Amino acid sequence: MAKGKSRTSQEVNAGSMADIAFLLLIFFLVTTTIASDKGIQNLLPPKQDPNVPPPDIKLNERNIFNILVNANDQLLVEGEYVDNTELLSEDIKDFLLNFGAPDEDAVALFNGLPQSLKSRANRDSKSSDHPMSGGAVVSIKTNRGTSYEKYLEVLDQVKRAYFEIYAERVGLTSDQYRALTGKSPAEKALIDRGKEGIPMAISIAEPDKIGGN
Amino acid sequence: MGKFKKKTKTSENIPTSALPDIIFMLLFFFMVTTVLREQDILVEQKLPQATQLQKLEKKTLISYLFVGKPKNSNLYGTEPRVQANDVLINTKDIILWVNQEKDKLSEAERDQITISMKADRDVKMGPISDIQFELREADARKLLYASTGKVQN
Repeated sequence: MAKGKSRTSQEVNAGSMADIAFLLLIFFLVTTTIASDKGIQNLLPPKQDPNVPPPDIKLNERNIFNILVNANDQLLVEGEYVDNTELLSEDIKDFLLNFGAPDEDAVALFNGLPQSLKSRANRDSKSSDHPMSGGAVVSIKTNRGTSYEKYLEVLDQVKRAYFEIYAERVGLTSDQYRALTGKSPAEKALIDRGKEGIPMAISIAEPDKIGGN
Repeated sequence: MGKFKKKTKTSENIPTSALPDIIFMLLFFFMVTTVLREQDILVEQKLPQATQLQKLEKKTLISYLFVGKPKNSNLYGTEPRVQANDVLINTKDIILWVNQEKDKLSEAERDQITISMKADRDVKMGPISDIQFELREADARKLLYASTGKVQN
């Protein structure tokens, strides 16, 4: 009895399978948002204790690279009005690698740099002493009315200067250096070798109150 | 002329029997990579562009803050607001929110929490710096300015 039934065609019509799969595919294509956790990393300073006055760090004027952005998104770099941020990262690299008055450690650091970075050292006594901690600081000061976009553009350029120096030290391109994750010991060693002796000293000042809300 | 005609006699059918399999493979790829939106975003989000992007590795450590002009300006006004999870919050409530987010993490990871700030490009620095001040107070110092890539020149 049952055998008789089994003789009827047993094949499922699979011709429309592709169409069904296509429909599902298109649905997922449309609804997909590939999560992107990309951005510019920043480490905020630790919170201030109201009982302890903020530490008074004395730095020579020549060791600070001042960038001011006002409420109209206009830039003042080292006291000079600048139209755009295109040359900013090159200026910062020159500032960082100036080696105006290096101490012993800084001389050792300088000797370890690749030739392309060594040639940037102008030895200008009016610019930074050395790029090690306590040496060169890049300061960004904004206004409460400055747009976030402009602030990020400036921060981006400062980061670019640092990453290009780091990458050059280990013989990578900046993109490759930033893609290092530090998961494997070899990658971690590369990251550390790039950073060694040149900490990212970016000071982001509290914006002042004019022209904002 | 005659030479070319001979070729046309060969079979012209492309085998399409493997087509469903190929489509299925694509389908599975998209199904796996899809993250369905868990939350409605109540503020405008046009992320700024930058070149020096870095990727964050551990997604579990990331909490998101959305900053921008409310989409529904009749209800929430036109001033930039902060959205955490599903609701718009006041800047003062950020400390509370950070502590809630920290509670979700294990003891050891608590101080590694990273805040991904997805701020609209039209926001001014005033609100941003207020948020940063609150984050410092809440001791969540790792901050990521979420942005999209820009072609480098």
